[in-house]
Amino acid sequence: MARKVVITGLGATTPIGGDVPTTWRNALKGVSGAHTLTDEWVEKYDLPVHFAARVTNPASEVLSRVEAKRMDPSTQFAVVAAREAWKDSGIEEIDHDRLAVAFATGIGGVWTLLDAWDTLREKGPRRVLPMTVPMLMPNGPAAAVSLDLGARAGAHTPVSACASGTEAMHIGLELIRSGKADVVMAGGAEAAIHPLPMAAFAAMQALSKRNDDPEHASRPYDVNRDGFVMGEGAGALVLEAEEHALARGARIYGELAGTSVTADAYHITAPDPQGLGATRALKAALFDARAQAEDVVHVNAHATSTPVGDRPEYVALRAALGDHVANVCVSATKSQTGHLLGASGAVESVLTVLAVYHRLAPVTINLENQDPEIPLDVVTGTPRELPGGQIMALNNSFGFGGHNAVVAVRSTGPKVELS
Amino acid sequence: MASNEEILAGLAEIVNEETGLAPEAVELEKSFTDDLDIDSISMMTIVVNAEEKFDVKIPDEEVKNLKTVGDAVSFIAGAQA
Repeated sequence: MARKVVITGLGATTPIGGDVPTTWRNALKGVSGAHTLTDEWVEKYDLPVHFAARVTNPASEVLSRVEAKRMDPSTQFAVVAAREAWKDSGIEEIDHDRLAVAFATGIGGVWTLLDAWDTLREKGPRRVLPMTVPMLMPNGPAAAVSLDLGARAGAHTPVSACASGTEAMHIGLELIRSGKADVVMAGGAEAAIHPLPMAAFAAMQALSKRNDDPEHASRPYDVNRDGFVMGEGAGALVLEAEEHALARGARIYGELAGTSVTADAYHITAPDPQGLGATRALKAALFDARAQAEDVVHVNAHATSTPVGDRPEYVALRAALGDHVANVCVSATKSQTGHLLGASGAVESVLTVLAVYHRLAPVTINLENQDPEIPLDVVTGTPRELPGGQIMALNNSFGFGGHNAVVAVRSTGPKVELS
Repeated sequence: MASNEEILAGLAEIVNEETGLAPEAVELEKSFTDDLDIDSISMMTIVVNAEEKFDVKIPDEEVKNLKTVGDAVSFIAGAQA
């Protein structure tokens, strides 16, 4: 019998809150984190998209000036979220050789890389900072979190585009199940609101161009959806072997019951219209969690608000859950946070865990005319009460490259009221 | 041309910016590695910032000879002359 893994700490810095309590409160209320960008580079490069969803609180509120100077913004977000999750877990003493990190990113230190390129061209190689390499490497967030916590059982960096953050949960679960670690700090971070990624995502027609109305641009499942909204931030979860958590009397949010990762092998960016890879991922996560489709009451969907992406996820949910899909309430929280790329799966895992813990599904905003080809029960307006008894919720993430990752969270106790 | 006092004050400012150490902790007899706990990456950043601030060249092979703050002040003063 594999070791059971529970979630005992949560952290986040997002476009709708600088920490978990604020992010969660806003996710229930339904707020948009998308705003017009006022940076000079938007005009300078005549970018086709003028808005994005920035974190509400700068990392400098948590990090010292010297700490921040040595970290790419993506790593700054990772450390901010991981510190909150660690404190939230209440862990005081731990065998550091049994503590691991699995911290994802989609792109890594893109700000650092491109700043260094500007410096090289404008001022020459002597002015390229000696910290450039450790700041731009994609394992920077995982390495910094490992250093910060003294985690010595390994520091892993899943990179699978927008599935990265969810794949980190998969790696964390496997590390604990296999006995290689007792506790894992699992998460994802991204900081790519920079003119180059903005131009590149716009070039592939992935971004919404609703420049005159950013707050209503991210509208998953709406017939008038026209692309995703670039977000940034980080999410972090403390995963812990159940016996380890029980021995220290930890507060347990829920069980990380199952995870899965599959690949489409269909197209480098387009989702398989039949959702076959996503279907296999959903079924595999349920199997891994020793669960049935009927156990699932809620899904935090990938739902990025692109014209081509939202429908195949429905097709996959329909295929994996069968008729039971009609009984499952779905939240598309990217309508609020925008798309945090490699961090999205981590932030949405945090929201999925809280939905199970508080028995409340967060709201989807901007859904005015639901796409008739996506007949899901979408939570809009006010949060949805989830049923009592033992429940399960899923978090889906899919990434360019055909990556599919799913997390299944099971309740470990009765509803816990919001404090 | 900066005086030795001005070079010391300027270096202290650069060290503070890079490491967060209080400027008054940056004294002539202090060793960059043993007393101020400055690693090689920070040292290179400090050197490059000092080059720009004092308009001098500090060759890479010279950096290993700059053991104390005083060594750096003397080198910069000499390089300016």
